[in-house]
Amino acid sequence: MVPEAEFRSYYGRPVLKAPVWHEPHMPTYLYMGGLSGVSSVMAVMAGLTGHERLARTARVAAAIGAVAGAGLLTAELGRPSRFLNMFRVFKPTSPMSMGSWILAAQGGLSAVAASTELTGILPAVGDAAVLATGLTGPLTATYTAVLIADTAVPVWHEAYRELPFLFAGSALASAGAVGMLATPRAEAGPARVLAVVGAAVESVAGLLMERRLGPIGEPYRVGKAGRLMLSARVLTAGGGLLAAVAGRGRALTALSGLALTAGALCTRFGILEAGRASAGDPKYTVVPQRQRLNT
Amino acid sequence: MTDIAPHRYGFFTDTSVCIGCKACEVACKEWNELPDDGFVFEANSYDNTGALGASTWRHVAFIEQSRPVELPSADEGIERWLMSSDVCKHCTHAACLDVCPTGALFRTEFGTVVIQEDICNGCGYCVSACPYGVIDRREGDGRAWKCTMCYDRQRGGLEPACAKACPTDSIQFGPLDELRERAEERVERLHADGHTEARLYGESPDDGVGGAGAFFLLLDEPEVYGLPPDPVVTTRDLPSMWRWAGAAALSLAGAVAVAFAGSRRGARR
Repeated sequence: MVPEAEFRSYYGRPVLKAPVWHEPHMPTYLYMGGLSGVSSVMAVMAGLTGHERLARTARVAAAIGAVAGAGLLTAELGRPSRFLNMFRVFKPTSPMSMGSWILAAQGGLSAVAASTELTGILPAVGDAAVLATGLTGPLTATYTAVLIADTAVPVWHEAYRELPFLFAGSALASAGAVGMLATPRAEAGPARVLAVVGAAVESVAGLLMERRLGPIGEPYRVGKAGRLMLSARVLTAGGGLLAAVAGRGRALTALSGLALTAGALCTRFGILEAGRASAGDPKYTVVPQRQRLNT
Repeated sequence: MTDIAPHRYGFFTDTSVCIGCKACEVACKEWNELPDDGFVFEANSYDNTGALGASTWRHVAFIEQSRPVELPSADEGIERWLMSSDVCKHCTHAACLDVCPTGALFRTEFGTVVIQEDICNGCGYCVSACPYGVIDRREGDGRAWKCTMCYDRQRGGLEPACAKACPTDSIQFGPLDELRERAEERVERLHADGHTEARLYGESPDDGVGGAGAFFLLLDEPEVYGLPPDPVVTTRDLPSMWRWAGAAALSLAGAVAVAFAGSRRGARR
Protein backbone atom coordinates (compact mmCIF):
# COMPACT_ATOMS: atom_id res chain seq x y z
CA MET A 1 0.00 0.00 0.00
CA VAL A 2 1.12 3.52 -0.82
CA PRO A 3 1.04 5.66 2.34
CA GLU A 4 -1.67 8.30 2.41
CA ALA A 5 -0.17 11.50 1.01
CA GLU A 6 0.09 14.41 3.44
CA PHE A 7 -1.55 17.56 2.19
CA ARG A 8 -3.23 20.71 3.48
CA SER A 9 -6.61 22.04 2.46
CA TYR A 10 -9.34 24.49 3.41
CA TYR A 11 -11.52 22.41 5.78
CA GLY A 12 -11.17 19.46 3.38
CA ARG A 13 -13.31 21.28 0.83
CA PRO A 14 -12.77 20.53 -2.86
CA VAL A 15 -10.65 22.97 -4.86
CA LEU A 16 -12.55 22.16 -8.07
CA LYS A 17 -16.25 22.13 -8.90
CA ALA A 18 -17.48 18.62 -9.66
CA PRO A 19 -18.79 18.11 -13.22
CA VAL A 20 -22.44 19.20 -13.41
CA TRP A 21 -23.36 16.70 -16.14
CA HIS A 22 -25.99 14.22 -15.03
CA GLU A 23 -26.94 10.61 -15.38
CA PRO A 24 -28.15 8.99 -17.49
CA HIS A 25 -27.80 11.74 -20.13
CA MET A 26 -24.08 12.34 -20.38
CA PRO A 27 -22.71 8.78 -20.06
CA THR A 28 -25.47 7.41 -22.28
CA TYR A 29 -24.58 10.02 -24.87
CA LEU A 30 -20.95 8.92 -24.75
CA TYR A 31 -22.13 5.36 -25.44
CA MET A 32 -24.49 6.47 -28.24
CA GLY A 33 -21.77 8.55 -29.90
CA GLY A 34 -19.43 5.56 -29.90
CA LEU A 35 -22.12 3.24 -31.22
CA SER A 36 -23.07 5.65 -33.98
CA GLY A 37 -19.51 6.44 -35.03
CA VAL A 38 -18.32 2.86 -35.41
CA SER A 39 -21.63 1.73 -36.92
CA SER A 40 -21.06 4.29 -39.68
CA VAL A 41 -17.64 2.91 -40.51
CA MET A 42 -19.13 -0.58 -40.37
CA ALA A 43 -21.88 0.50 -42.77
CA VAL A 44 -19.28 1.81 -45.22
CA MET A 45 -17.16 -1.33 -45.11
CA ALA A 46 -20.14 -3.71 -45.13
CA GLY A 47 -21.49 -1.91 -48.18
CA LEU A 48 -18.17 -2.09 -49.99
CA THR A 49 -17.66 -5.79 -49.24
CA GLY A 50 -21.19 -6.89 -50.07
CA HIS A 51 -22.49 -7.58 -46.56
CA GLU A 52 -25.85 -6.05 -47.37
CA ARG A 53 -27.81 -7.19 -44.35
CA LEU A 54 -25.11 -6.01 -41.95
CA ALA A 55 -24.81 -2.70 -43.82
CA ARG A 56 -28.52 -2.11 -43.24
CA THR A 57 -28.24 -2.82 -39.51
CA ALA A 58 -25.22 -0.54 -39.25
CA ARG A 59 -26.88 2.35 -41.08
CA VAL A 60 -29.88 2.20 -38.77
CA ALA A 61 -27.73 1.88 -35.63
CA ALA A 62 -25.59 4.85 -36.73
CA ALA A 63 -28.65 7.04 -37.20
CA ILE A 64 -30.33 5.99 -33.95
CA GLY A 65 -27.10 6.52 -32.00
CA ALA A 66 -26.48 10.01 -33.37
CA VAL A 67 -30.06 11.24 -33.13
CA ALA A 68 -30.66 9.81 -29.64
CA GLY A 69 -27.27 11.18 -28.57
CA ALA A 70 -28.14 14.68 -29.79
CA GLY A 71 -31.43 14.47 -27.91
CA LEU A 72 -29.66 13.49 -24.70
CA LEU A 73 -27.18 16.35 -25.09
CA THR A 74 -29.98 18.85 -25.56
CA ALA A 75 -31.78 17.57 -22.47
CA GLU A 76 -28.50 17.91 -20.57
CA LEU A 77 -28.29 21.68 -21.13
CA GLY A 78 -29.27 24.10 -18.40
CA ARG A 79 -31.24 25.96 -21.10
CA PRO A 80 -32.30 23.34 -23.69
CA SER A 81 -34.19 25.98 -25.68
CA ARG A 82 -30.81 27.54 -26.47
CA PHE A 83 -29.44 24.37 -28.07
CA LEU A 84 -28.89 26.21 -31.35
CA ASN A 85 -26.40 28.53 -29.63
CA MET A 86 -23.96 25.63 -30.08
CA PHE A 87 -23.81 26.71 -33.72
CA ARG A 88 -23.13 30.42 -33.17
CA VAL A 89 -19.40 29.85 -33.44
CA PHE A 90 -16.88 27.38 -34.82
CA LYS A 91 -14.30 27.27 -32.08
CA PRO A 92 -11.29 24.93 -32.31
CA THR A 93 -10.26 25.61 -28.69
CA SER A 94 -13.56 24.12 -27.48
CA PRO A 95 -13.93 20.36 -27.96
CA MET A 96 -17.64 20.82 -27.28
CA SER A 97 -17.94 23.28 -30.16
CA MET A 98 -16.04 20.96 -32.48
CA GLY A 99 -18.10 18.05 -31.18
CA SER A 100 -21.35 19.88 -31.88
CA TRP A 101 -20.35 20.37 -35.51
CA ILE A 102 -19.10 16.79 -35.80
CA LEU A 103 -22.31 15.43 -34.28
CA ALA A 104 -24.47 17.64 -36.48
CA ALA A 105 -22.72 16.28 -39.57
CA GLN A 106 -22.79 12.72 -38.30
CA GLY A 107 -26.48 12.97 -37.31
CA GLY A 108 -27.59 14.52 -40.59
CA LEU A 109 -25.59 12.20 -42.82
CA SER A 110 -26.43 9.02 -40.94
CA ALA A 111 -30.13 9.94 -40.85
CA VAL A 112 -30.09 10.38 -44.64
CA ALA A 113 -28.18 7.10 -45.08
CA ALA A 114 -30.66 5.17 -42.91
CA SER A 115 -33.77 6.75 -44.48
CA THR A 116 -32.73 5.96 -48.03
CA GLU A 117 -31.82 2.42 -46.97
CA LEU A 118 -35.22 1.83 -45.38
CA THR A 119 -37.39 3.62 -47.95
CA GLY A 120 -35.40 2.79 -51.08
CA ILE A 121 -35.73 6.40 -52.24
CA LEU A 122 -32.64 8.03 -53.81
CA PRO A 123 -30.19 5.21 -53.01
CA ALA A 124 -27.28 7.09 -54.59
CA VAL A 125 -27.73 9.96 -52.13
CA GLY A 126 -27.74 7.47 -49.27
CA ASP A 127 -24.57 5.84 -50.54
CA ALA A 128 -22.83 9.22 -50.76
CA ALA A 129 -24.01 10.09 -47.25
CA VAL A 130 -22.77 6.81 -45.80
CA LEU A 131 -19.36 7.32 -47.41
CA ALA A 132 -19.15 10.75 -45.78
CA THR A 133 -19.94 9.21 -42.39
CA GLY A 134 -16.82 7.14 -42.89
CA LEU A 135 -15.03 10.38 -41.98
CA THR A 136 -17.39 11.78 -39.33
CA GLY A 137 -17.91 8.40 -37.66
CA PRO A 138 -14.41 7.87 -36.21
CA LEU A 139 -14.41 11.49 -35.01
CA THR A 140 -17.81 11.07 -33.35
CA ALA A 141 -16.56 8.00 -31.49
CA THR A 142 -13.32 9.54 -30.21
CA TYR A 143 -13.76 13.32 -29.81
CA THR A 144 -15.65 12.67 -26.57
CA ALA A 145 -12.36 11.58 -25.00
CA VAL A 146 -10.92 15.03 -25.77
CA LEU A 147 -14.15 16.58 -24.48
CA ILE A 148 -13.71 15.20 -20.99
CA ALA A 149 -9.88 15.30 -20.96
CA ASP A 150 -9.95 19.04 -21.70
CA THR A 151 -11.06 19.85 -18.16
CA ALA A 152 -9.38 20.50 -14.82
CA VAL A 153 -10.64 17.14 -13.49
CA PRO A 154 -7.37 15.29 -12.71
CA VAL A 155 -8.60 11.77 -13.43
CA TRP A 156 -9.82 12.88 -16.88
CA HIS A 157 -7.15 15.35 -17.90
CA GLU A 158 -4.17 13.20 -16.92
CA ALA A 159 -5.66 10.28 -18.91
CA TYR A 160 -5.81 12.16 -22.20
CA ARG A 161 -3.47 9.71 -23.93
CA GLU A 162 -5.38 6.51 -23.15
CA LEU A 163 -8.97 7.79 -23.06
CA PRO A 164 -9.37 8.05 -26.86
CA PHE A 165 -8.26 4.42 -27.24
CA LEU A 166 -10.48 3.33 -24.36
CA PHE A 167 -13.42 5.07 -26.03
CA ALA A 168 -12.50 3.72 -29.48
CA GLY A 169 -12.30 0.17 -28.12
CA SER A 170 -15.55 0.54 -26.25
CA ALA A 171 -17.21 1.98 -29.36
CA LEU A 172 -15.98 -0.92 -31.51
CA ALA A 173 -17.37 -3.37 -28.97
CA SER A 174 -20.68 -1.47 -28.75
CA ALA A 175 -21.22 -1.38 -32.51
CA GLY A 176 -20.05 -4.98 -32.89
CA ALA A 177 -22.53 -6.03 -30.22
CA VAL A 178 -25.48 -4.25 -31.85
CA GLY A 179 -24.38 -5.55 -35.24
CA MET A 180 -24.43 -9.15 -34.11
CA LEU A 181 -27.63 -8.79 -32.10
CA ALA A 182 -29.59 -7.25 -34.98
CA THR A 183 -28.23 -9.22 -37.95
CA PRO A 184 -28.79 -12.90 -38.82
CA ARG A 185 -25.88 -14.93 -37.45
CA ALA A 186 -24.65 -16.14 -40.84
CA GLU A 187 -24.12 -12.54 -41.96
CA ALA A 188 -22.81 -11.04 -38.71
CA GLY A 189 -19.27 -12.44 -38.88
CA PRO A 190 -17.46 -9.08 -39.22
CA ALA A 191 -19.53 -7.62 -36.37
CA ARG A 192 -18.33 -10.45 -34.13
CA VAL A 193 -14.73 -9.75 -35.13
CA LEU A 194 -15.22 -6.06 -34.25
CA ALA A 195 -16.71 -7.02 -30.91
CA VAL A 196 -13.68 -9.16 -30.05
CA VAL A 197 -11.18 -6.54 -31.22
CA GLY A 198 -13.05 -3.74 -29.44
CA ALA A 199 -13.22 -5.62 -26.16
CA ALA A 200 -9.49 -6.32 -26.36
CA VAL A 201 -8.61 -2.68 -27.15
CA GLU A 202 -10.86 -1.38 -24.37
CA SER A 203 -9.39 -3.80 -21.82
CA VAL A 204 -5.78 -3.03 -22.71
CA ALA A 205 -6.32 0.75 -22.85
CA GLY A 206 -8.04 0.64 -19.47
CA LEU A 207 -5.19 -1.29 -17.88
CA LEU A 208 -2.55 1.00 -19.37
CA MET A 209 -4.47 4.08 -18.22
CA GLU A 210 -4.72 2.97 -14.60
CA ARG A 211 -1.12 1.85 -14.57
CA ARG A 212 0.24 5.18 -15.84
CA LEU A 213 -2.05 7.34 -13.68
CA GLY A 214 -0.88 5.78 -10.41
CA PRO A 215 -2.32 7.51 -7.31
CA ILE A 216 -4.20 10.10 -9.43
CA GLY A 217 -6.18 7.19 -10.92
CA GLU A 218 -7.46 6.04 -7.53
CA PRO A 219 -11.05 7.23 -8.25
CA TYR A 220 -11.23 4.60 -11.01
CA ARG A 221 -10.55 1.89 -8.41
CA VAL A 222 -12.54 2.83 -5.31
CA GLY A 223 -16.15 3.53 -4.37
CA LYS A 224 -19.04 3.58 -6.79
CA ALA A 225 -16.81 4.45 -9.75
CA GLY A 226 -14.49 1.58 -8.86
CA ARG A 227 -17.41 -0.88 -8.82
CA LEU A 228 -18.67 0.41 -12.17
CA MET A 229 -15.23 0.21 -13.77
CA LEU A 230 -14.70 -3.31 -12.42
CA SER A 231 -18.12 -4.40 -13.74
CA ALA A 232 -17.22 -2.82 -17.08
CA ARG A 233 -13.96 -4.74 -17.21
CA VAL A 234 -15.58 -8.10 -16.37
CA LEU A 235 -18.52 -7.61 -18.76
CA THR A 236 -16.31 -6.40 -21.60
CA ALA A 237 -13.75 -9.18 -21.25
CA GLY A 238 -16.46 -11.82 -20.85
CA GLY A 239 -18.53 -10.46 -23.72
CA GLY A 240 -15.45 -10.25 -25.93
CA LEU A 241 -14.50 -13.87 -25.25
CA LEU A 242 -18.07 -15.00 -25.90
CA ALA A 243 -18.18 -13.02 -29.15
CA ALA A 244 -15.37 -15.21 -30.47
CA VAL A 245 -17.66 -18.24 -30.27
CA ALA A 246 -21.02 -16.46 -30.65
CA GLY A 247 -21.35 -17.56 -34.28
CA ARG A 248 -22.32 -21.02 -32.99
CA GLY A 249 -25.66 -20.17 -31.42
CA ARG A 250 -28.39 -17.65 -30.78
CA ALA A 251 -28.04 -17.79 -27.00
CA LEU A 252 -24.31 -17.16 -27.15
CA THR A 253 -24.89 -14.21 -29.47
CA ALA A 254 -27.48 -12.70 -27.14
CA LEU A 255 -25.31 -13.21 -24.06
CA SER A 256 -22.23 -11.73 -25.69
CA GLY A 257 -24.02 -8.76 -27.25
CA LEU A 258 -25.79 -7.84 -24.03
CA ALA A 259 -22.63 -8.23 -21.92
CA LEU A 260 -20.66 -5.97 -24.27
CA THR A 261 -23.42 -3.34 -24.33
CA ALA A 262 -23.68 -3.39 -20.55
CA GLY A 263 -19.89 -3.21 -20.29
CA ALA A 264 -19.68 -0.18 -22.59
CA LEU A 265 -22.39 1.58 -20.57
CA CYS A 266 -20.66 0.74 -17.25
CA THR A 267 -17.42 2.21 -18.63
CA ARG A 268 -19.12 5.53 -19.43
CA PHE A 269 -21.05 5.75 -16.14
CA GLY A 270 -17.89 4.77 -14.25
CA ILE A 271 -15.82 7.46 -15.95
CA LEU A 272 -18.36 10.18 -15.07
CA GLU A 273 -18.50 8.97 -11.47
CA ALA A 274 -14.70 8.84 -11.24
CA GLY A 275 -14.56 12.41 -12.55
CA ARG A 276 -16.90 13.54 -9.80
CA ALA A 277 -14.87 11.76 -7.13
CA SER A 278 -11.62 13.16 -8.53
CA ALA A 279 -12.87 16.76 -8.53
CA GLY A 280 -14.63 16.32 -5.19
CA ASP A 281 -11.54 15.48 -3.11
CA PRO A 282 -8.85 18.19 -2.75
CA LYS A 283 -6.25 15.43 -2.41
CA TYR A 284 -6.30 14.71 -6.13
CA THR A 285 -5.83 18.40 -6.95
CA VAL A 286 -3.36 19.50 -4.31
CA VAL A 287 -0.98 16.52 -3.98
CA PRO A 288 0.15 16.25 -7.64
CA GLN A 289 0.48 20.03 -7.95
CA ARG A 290 2.50 20.24 -4.74
CA GLN A 291 4.75 17.40 -5.93
CA ARG A 292 5.25 19.26 -9.21
CA LEU A 293 6.32 22.39 -7.32
CA ASN A 294 8.65 20.50 -5.00
CA THR A 295 10.57 18.73 -7.77
CA MET B 1 -17.77 54.65 -23.67
CA THR B 2 -16.65 52.08 -26.21
CA ASP B 3 -13.04 53.23 -26.33
CA ILE B 4 -10.51 50.45 -25.92
CA ALA B 5 -9.01 50.76 -22.47
CA PRO B 6 -5.25 51.27 -22.56
CA HIS B 7 -4.63 48.95 -19.61
CA ARG B 8 -5.52 45.49 -18.46
CA TYR B 9 -7.34 45.94 -15.18
CA GLY B 10 -7.25 43.63 -12.20
CA PHE B 11 -7.53 43.01 -8.50
CA PHE B 12 -4.72 42.80 -6.00
CA THR B 13 -6.10 41.21 -2.84
CA ASP B 14 -3.68 41.80 0.03
CA THR B 15 -4.86 39.26 2.60
CA SER B 16 -2.44 40.57 5.25
CA VAL B 17 -4.81 43.49 5.89
CA CYS B 18 -8.12 41.63 5.46
CA ILE B 19 -10.23 41.87 8.62
CA GLY B 20 -12.91 39.40 7.51
CA CYS B 21 -15.75 41.93 7.51
CA LYS B 22 -17.34 40.43 4.38
CA ALA B 23 -18.25 43.90 3.10
CA CYS B 24 -16.96 42.70 -0.30
CA GLU B 25 -19.36 39.74 -0.31
CA VAL B 26 -22.28 41.99 0.60
CA ALA B 27 -21.37 44.76 -1.84
CA CYS B 28 -21.01 42.19 -4.63
CA LYS B 29 -24.40 40.67 -3.87
CA GLU B 30 -26.07 44.06 -3.70
CA TRP B 31 -24.58 45.51 -6.86
CA ASN B 32 -24.95 42.38 -8.96
CA GLU B 33 -28.34 41.42 -7.45
CA LEU B 34 -27.19 37.89 -6.68
CA PRO B 35 -29.50 35.37 -4.99
CA ASP B 36 -28.73 34.43 -1.38
CA ASP B 37 -26.65 31.40 -0.49
CA GLY B 38 -29.34 29.67 1.52
CA PHE B 39 -28.31 30.81 5.03
CA VAL B 40 -26.24 27.70 5.70
CA PHE B 41 -24.30 27.22 8.93
CA GLU B 42 -21.02 25.60 7.89
CA ALA B 43 -19.36 25.54 11.34
CA ASN B 44 -16.04 26.46 9.70
CA SER B 45 -14.96 29.51 11.71
CA TYR B 46 -16.84 32.58 10.41
CA ASP B 47 -17.27 31.15 6.93
CA ASN B 48 -20.87 30.36 6.02
CA THR B 49 -20.66 30.67 2.25
CA GLY B 50 -18.02 27.95 1.86
CA ALA B 51 -16.67 28.59 -1.61
CA LEU B 52 -17.07 30.70 -4.71
CA GLY B 53 -20.06 29.68 -6.80
CA ALA B 54 -22.78 30.76 -9.20
CA SER B 55 -24.19 33.21 -6.65
CA THR B 56 -21.06 33.86 -4.55
CA TRP B 57 -18.56 35.93 -6.52
CA ARG B 58 -16.50 37.08 -3.54
CA HIS B 59 -15.84 34.57 -0.79
CA VAL B 60 -14.02 35.35 2.45
CA ALA B 61 -12.06 32.41 3.84
CA PHE B 62 -11.36 32.19 7.59
CA ILE B 63 -8.50 30.02 8.84
CA GLU B 64 -7.73 29.77 12.55
CA GLN B 65 -4.16 28.64 13.19
CA SER B 66 -2.29 27.91 16.40
CA ARG B 67 1.43 28.32 16.15
CA PRO B 68 4.25 29.60 18.31
CA VAL B 69 5.50 33.15 17.75
CA GLU B 70 8.73 34.66 19.00
CA LEU B 71 8.16 37.86 20.91
CA PRO B 72 10.60 39.47 23.34
CA SER B 73 7.83 39.98 25.92
CA ALA B 74 6.12 36.60 25.77
CA ASP B 75 7.16 33.10 24.84
CA GLU B 76 3.65 31.67 24.66
CA GLY B 77 2.12 30.50 21.39
CA ILE B 78 -0.79 32.52 20.12
CA GLU B 79 -3.49 31.94 17.57
CA ARG B 80 -3.24 33.42 14.11
CA TRP B 81 -6.23 34.19 11.94
CA LEU B 82 -5.89 34.14 8.20
CA MET B 83 -8.61 35.89 6.26
CA SER B 84 -8.75 36.15 2.52
CA SER B 85 -11.33 37.35 0.03
CA ASP B 86 -11.29 34.99 -2.95
CA VAL B 87 -12.59 35.93 -6.40
CA CYS B 88 -12.46 34.84 -10.05
CA LYS B 89 -8.83 35.03 -11.23
CA HIS B 90 -9.65 36.43 -14.73
CA CYS B 91 -6.78 34.30 -16.10
CA THR B 92 -4.59 35.35 -19.00
CA HIS B 93 -5.13 31.86 -20.42
CA ALA B 94 -8.69 31.23 -19.25
CA ALA B 95 -9.84 27.63 -19.60
CA CYS B 96 -13.52 28.59 -19.16
CA LEU B 97 -13.27 30.99 -22.09
CA ASP B 98 -11.35 28.51 -24.24
CA VAL B 99 -13.85 25.66 -23.82
CA CYS B 100 -17.11 27.67 -24.00
CA PRO B 101 -18.86 26.29 -27.11
CA THR B 102 -21.29 29.18 -27.62
CA GLY B 103 -18.98 32.17 -27.32
CA ALA B 104 -20.96 33.31 -24.27
CA LEU B 105 -17.67 33.80 -22.38
CA PHE B 106 -15.53 36.56 -23.83
CA ARG B 107 -12.52 38.78 -23.09
CA THR B 108 -13.53 42.35 -22.40
CA GLU B 109 -11.71 45.54 -23.34
CA PHE B 110 -10.42 45.61 -19.73
CA GLY B 111 -8.72 42.22 -20.12
CA THR B 112 -11.30 40.52 -17.90
CA VAL B 113 -13.36 37.38 -18.62
CA VAL B 114 -17.16 37.81 -18.63
CA ILE B 115 -20.18 35.61 -19.45
CA GLN B 116 -22.97 36.97 -21.64
CA GLU B 117 -26.04 35.72 -19.83
CA ASP B 118 -28.26 36.04 -22.91
CA ILE B 119 -26.06 33.57 -24.80
CA CYS B 120 -25.01 30.94 -22.24
CA ASN B 121 -27.01 27.76 -22.79
CA GLY B 122 -25.88 26.08 -19.60
CA CYS B 123 -23.73 23.34 -21.10
CA GLY B 124 -21.61 23.27 -17.95
CA TYR B 125 -18.29 22.82 -19.73
CA CYS B 126 -16.69 25.88 -18.12
CA VAL B 127 -17.53 24.49 -14.67
CA SER B 128 -15.29 21.46 -15.17
CA ALA B 129 -12.61 23.44 -17.01
CA CYS B 130 -11.83 26.05 -14.33
CA PRO B 131 -8.71 25.00 -12.40
CA TYR B 132 -9.81 27.12 -9.41
CA GLY B 133 -13.39 25.86 -9.08
CA VAL B 134 -14.74 29.40 -9.51
CA ILE B 135 -17.50 29.24 -12.09
CA ASP B 136 -20.70 27.24 -11.50
CA ARG B 137 -24.14 26.64 -12.95
CA ARG B 138 -27.01 28.15 -10.97
CA GLU B 139 -29.71 25.64 -10.08
CA GLY B 140 -33.13 26.67 -11.32
CA ASP B 141 -31.63 29.23 -13.68
CA GLY B 142 -29.60 26.74 -15.71
CA ARG B 143 -26.84 29.12 -16.74
CA ALA B 144 -23.25 29.54 -15.59
CA TRP B 145 -22.34 32.61 -13.54
CA LYS B 146 -19.20 34.18 -12.09
CA CYS B 147 -17.54 37.48 -11.20
CA THR B 148 -17.55 40.04 -14.03
CA MET B 149 -15.14 42.36 -12.19
CA CYS B 150 -18.20 44.63 -12.30
CA TYR B 151 -18.00 45.07 -16.06
CA ASP B 152 -20.91 47.53 -15.95
CA ARG B 153 -19.23 49.69 -13.30
CA GLN B 154 -15.89 49.62 -15.15
CA ARG B 155 -17.60 50.80 -18.32
CA GLY B 156 -18.99 53.68 -16.29
CA GLY B 157 -15.51 54.54 -14.97
CA LEU B 158 -16.17 53.14 -11.48
CA GLU B 159 -14.19 50.56 -9.53
CA PRO B 160 -15.84 47.20 -8.77
CA ALA B 161 -18.24 47.11 -5.84
CA CYS B 162 -16.07 44.85 -3.66
CA ALA B 163 -13.01 47.08 -3.98
CA LYS B 164 -15.14 50.16 -3.33
CA ALA B 165 -16.58 48.63 -0.16
CA CYS B 166 -13.34 47.19 1.26
CA PRO B 167 -12.58 49.30 4.38
CA THR B 168 -8.88 48.31 4.68
CA ASP B 169 -7.89 48.38 0.98
CA SER B 170 -7.25 44.66 1.16
CA ILE B 171 -8.98 44.60 -2.23
CA GLN B 172 -7.24 46.98 -4.61
CA PHE B 173 -8.41 47.60 -8.17
CA GLY B 174 -6.41 49.16 -10.94
CA PRO B 175 -4.18 48.63 -13.99
CA LEU B 176 -2.58 45.22 -13.55
CA ASP B 177 1.03 46.33 -14.10
CA GLU B 178 0.67 49.02 -11.42
CA LEU B 179 -0.88 46.51 -9.01
CA ARG B 180 2.00 44.08 -9.58
CA GLU B 181 4.56 46.76 -8.71
CA ARG B 182 2.62 47.74 -5.63
CA ALA B 183 2.37 44.09 -4.58
CA GLU B 184 6.14 43.53 -4.95
CA GLU B 185 6.77 46.53 -2.70
CA ARG B 186 4.28 45.25 -0.15
CA VAL B 187 5.93 41.81 -0.01
CA GLU B 188 9.37 43.38 0.42
CA ARG B 189 8.02 45.51 3.24
CA LEU B 190 6.45 42.51 4.98
CA HIS B 191 9.64 40.49 4.58
CA ALA B 192 11.66 43.37 6.06
CA ASP B 193 9.23 43.39 8.99
CA GLY B 194 9.92 39.70 9.61
CA HIS B 195 6.85 38.22 7.90
CA THR B 196 8.90 35.95 5.69
CA GLU B 197 5.87 33.75 5.01
CA ALA B 198 4.30 36.47 2.85
CA ARG B 199 4.18 35.51 -0.82
CA LEU B 200 2.35 36.52 -3.97
CA TYR B 201 -0.01 34.11 -5.69
CA GLY B 202 -1.05 34.41 -9.33
CA GLU B 203 1.05 37.50 -10.10
CA SER B 204 3.56 35.79 -12.42
CA PRO B 205 2.88 35.79 -16.18
CA ASP B 206 4.99 32.61 -16.28
CA ASP B 207 2.59 30.47 -14.23
CA GLY B 208 0.26 27.79 -15.61
CA VAL B 209 -2.51 30.25 -16.49
CA GLY B 210 -0.21 32.96 -17.86
CA GLY B 211 -0.78 35.08 -14.77
CA ALA B 212 -4.05 35.94 -13.07
CA GLY B 213 -5.90 39.21 -13.55
CA ALA B 214 -6.83 38.89 -9.89
CA PHE B 215 -3.83 37.95 -7.74
CA PHE B 216 -3.19 37.70 -4.03
CA LEU B 217 -0.73 38.27 -1.22
CA LEU B 218 -0.97 35.20 1.00
CA LEU B 219 0.54 34.37 4.39
CA ASP B 220 0.60 30.58 3.96
CA GLU B 221 0.50 27.95 1.23
CA PRO B 222 -2.28 28.53 -1.33
CA GLU B 223 -3.98 25.19 -0.54
CA VAL B 224 -4.57 26.40 3.04
CA TYR B 225 -6.90 29.02 1.54
CA GLY B 226 -8.52 26.43 -0.78
CA LEU B 227 -6.48 27.58 -3.78
CA PRO B 228 -4.65 25.14 -6.10
CA PRO B 229 -0.87 25.41 -5.54
CA ASP B 230 0.10 25.10 -9.22
CA PRO B 231 -2.92 25.48 -11.53
CA VAL B 232 -2.43 24.86 -15.25
CA VAL B 233 -4.91 25.79 -17.98
CA THR B 234 -6.18 22.46 -19.32
CA THR B 235 -6.19 23.67 -22.95
CA ARG B 236 -2.38 23.88 -22.85
CA ASP B 237 -2.41 20.16 -23.74
CA LEU B 238 -5.25 20.40 -26.27
CA PRO B 239 -3.12 19.95 -29.42
CA SER B 240 -1.65 16.82 -27.88
CA MET B 241 -5.13 15.59 -26.92
CA TRP B 242 -6.34 15.96 -30.49
CA ARG B 243 -3.30 14.08 -31.75
CA TRP B 244 -4.01 11.12 -29.46
CA ALA B 245 -7.69 11.19 -30.42
CA GLY B 246 -6.74 11.36 -34.11
CA ALA B 247 -4.53 8.31 -33.68
CA ALA B 248 -7.39 6.48 -31.97
CA ALA B 249 -9.83 7.50 -34.73
CA LEU B 250 -7.46 6.20 -37.42
CA SER B 251 -6.89 2.96 -35.51
CA LEU B 252 -10.63 2.53 -35.18
CA ALA B 253 -11.20 2.96 -38.92
CA GLY B 254 -8.30 0.61 -39.60
CA ALA B 255 -9.68 -2.04 -37.25
CA VAL B 256 -13.06 -1.99 -39.00
CA ALA B 257 -11.41 -2.21 -42.42
CA VAL B 258 -9.31 -5.19 -41.35
CA ALA B 259 -12.29 -6.94 -39.79
CA PHE B 260 -14.17 -6.79 -43.09
CA ALA B 261 -11.18 -7.56 -45.28
CA GLY B 262 -10.71 -10.78 -43.33
CA SER B 263 -14.33 -11.87 -43.73
CA ARG B 264 -14.81 -11.08 -47.39
CA ARG B 265 -14.77 -14.62 -48.64
CA GLY B 266 -17.28 -15.87 -46.08
CA ALA B 267 -19.80 -13.30 -47.20
CA ARG B 268 -19.66 -14.32 -50.81
CA ARG B 269 -20.23 -17.97 -50.05
